[in-house]
Amino acid sequence: MLDDRYSLAFELYPYRQSPDQSAARPVRHPVVVVGGGPVGLATALDLGRQRVPVLLLDDHEGVGTGSRAICFAKRTLEIASRLGCSGPMLDKGVVWNVGRVFQDDRQVFDFDLLPEDGHAHPAFINLQQPYFEKFLFEQISAEQARGAPIEIRGRNRVEAIEQHDDHARLDIATPDGDYQIEAGWVVACDGARSPLRGMLGLDFEGRVFEDNFLIADIEMTQSSFPTERWFWFDPWFKSGASTLLHKQPDNIWRVDFQIGWDIDRAEELKEENIRSRLDAMLGKGVEYRLVWSSIYTFQCRRMQRFCHNRVIFAGDAAHQVSPFGARGANSGIQDADNLGWKLGLVVKGLAPPQLLESYDTERIAAAEENILNSTRATDFITPKSKVSQTFRNAVLKLAETYPFARPLVNSGRLSVPCVYDGAALNGPDALPGGPARTRVGSACVDAPVGNGHLLEHLGDSFVLLGINVDLPDLPETAPIPLRRVVFRTSDDLSGALAARYLGTGAQAVYLIRPDQHITARWSAYDPTAVQAALMRACARE
Amino acid sequence: MAKLNTEPNIPTPDEFYAALIAAHEGKTDTESAALNARLILLLANHIGDADVLEQALAAAQ
Repeated sequence: MLDDRYSLAFELYPYRQSPDQSAARPVRHPVVVVGGGPVGLATALDLGRQRVPVLLLDDHEGVGTGSRAICFAKRTLEIASRLGCSGPMLDKGVVWNVGRVFQDDRQVFDFDLLPEDGHAHPAFINLQQPYFEKFLFEQISAEQARGAPIEIRGRNRVEAIEQHDDHARLDIATPDGDYQIEAGWVVACDGARSPLRGMLGLDFEGRVFEDNFLIADIEMTQSSFPTERWFWFDPWFKSGASTLLHKQPDNIWRVDFQIGWDIDRAEELKEENIRSRLDAMLGKGVEYRLVWSSIYTFQCRRMQRFCHNRVIFAGDAAHQVSPFGARGANSGIQDADNLGWKLGLVVKGLAPPQLLESYDTERIAAAEENILNSTRATDFITPKSKVSQTFRNAVLKLAETYPFARPLVNSGRLSVPCVYDGAALNGPDALPGGPARTRVGSACVDAPVGNGHLLEHLGDSFVLLGINVDLPDLPETAPIPLRRVVFRTSDDLSGALAARYLGTGAQAVYLIRPDQHITARWSAYDPTAVQAALMRACARE
Repeated sequence: MAKLNTEPNIPTPDEFYAALIAAHEGKTDTESAALNARLILLLANHIGDADVLEQALAAAQ
């Protein structure tokens, strides 16, 4: 039976019968995305914008309740902007850049995540996951109206999968019974408990952390807390071994208490017990409404490989981290960003399937980086031994007075895009004096140009960016489209464009992938070199 | 007089901290305390400067 696993925040794609269900033989779809969470929606949106027919299957009829992921990083917003929907996210989301760390009742230090200007998007917004998903869905609807070949089927649950050389066959359950389809490619975005991963009998190894976290979203209309991330180690109010407080839209606050390993889950989830922790923290007489609560434990783990023949895993289905650092949903969106253009080129026959190997290696490198950072933060927040606890407390004590200890305090290293250093698709990094932050492999750093920003000029095809260089006669790159974008340092009087893209050089040429990662750069324009780097970036050489 | 550097001076602080904690893995409390003592003595010798060591002793109090 198709039982609901959760209730819906927004019903978006009610079940409708598809002609596929009565077809004489299974209908073939070029790409089937399984799972309608943030990663599945972003993948379908990206492919549809490339006019690649994509079918998304979800076992519910819309977005589930519960805010779950709340921190969406700048890179995620830049990707959403490329996909056309960062506007409503920024309008609805709560912008924050400042974090404060406390121990007991003392502030240890504060930090600003975006100490520089010239970015179209803030370091972070907080936004309940249902809104984030709804905005992606609305953009899908807008693209559908413009002819994008995206179809979403609600209450369609994949029951079985069989892999063949050039496709996979899916058995799907619906309220009207089962049917089968074939998929040229399957993108598995079906979450941390990924049923597809289970059906294929694939590994998901990693480290379990023995601690429980009680998460509560509360509505507080009268509050004196500022729009900042506040993190307490050993808080004076004793509601948890650590506590995190974060603001969300609609006067909702996220509170996250670390409550230990040996707990009675049912007991802790009783409203009166959640309230006693909250009352201790907020003080008597502060009024609030409990909107949502949950107890979670976590693991840091990943699949050995993300690509398995015709099935490609993305997001939580492929890798899982602790929440410290906001590296879950944000890295999943980067998976979609990395996969979208590659799968698009492969399905269109413009690049060989080997291009997808680079998704595997690049995103595994990113997952490793995220797991490493999130494991270290977790080890700092929940020390596993007496000596580890002693060092942790020494760091916090010294950090109050001495700046040197502050970089050692780790309440979560917040999500930044992975740099694909040394990736097989990379071309030459031939810009002497070029800044490290825009080296080959990096995601493009935003910068002001004219009345707007650089990234909005890049779009989602390959781009050749010239700074203080004209780019006459683009090389022949058919069938891969290449667009030309030229700016001069005089387009940005703040000097940020030059600082971020020229360094000590006078001019530069950047070859930028559709996911806005830099794949080669030079100090002068050489059409032959550009052509070679572009072919390499598509695994066509 | 040389001054104790209390500004950030470790290029990769997370890597250092992880290595420090890892060095104690599997040790009893007594073994850990002994490891810390050896570590302090090694670092103190590397610093050498008596003024700096005196300031560090005071700052750690």
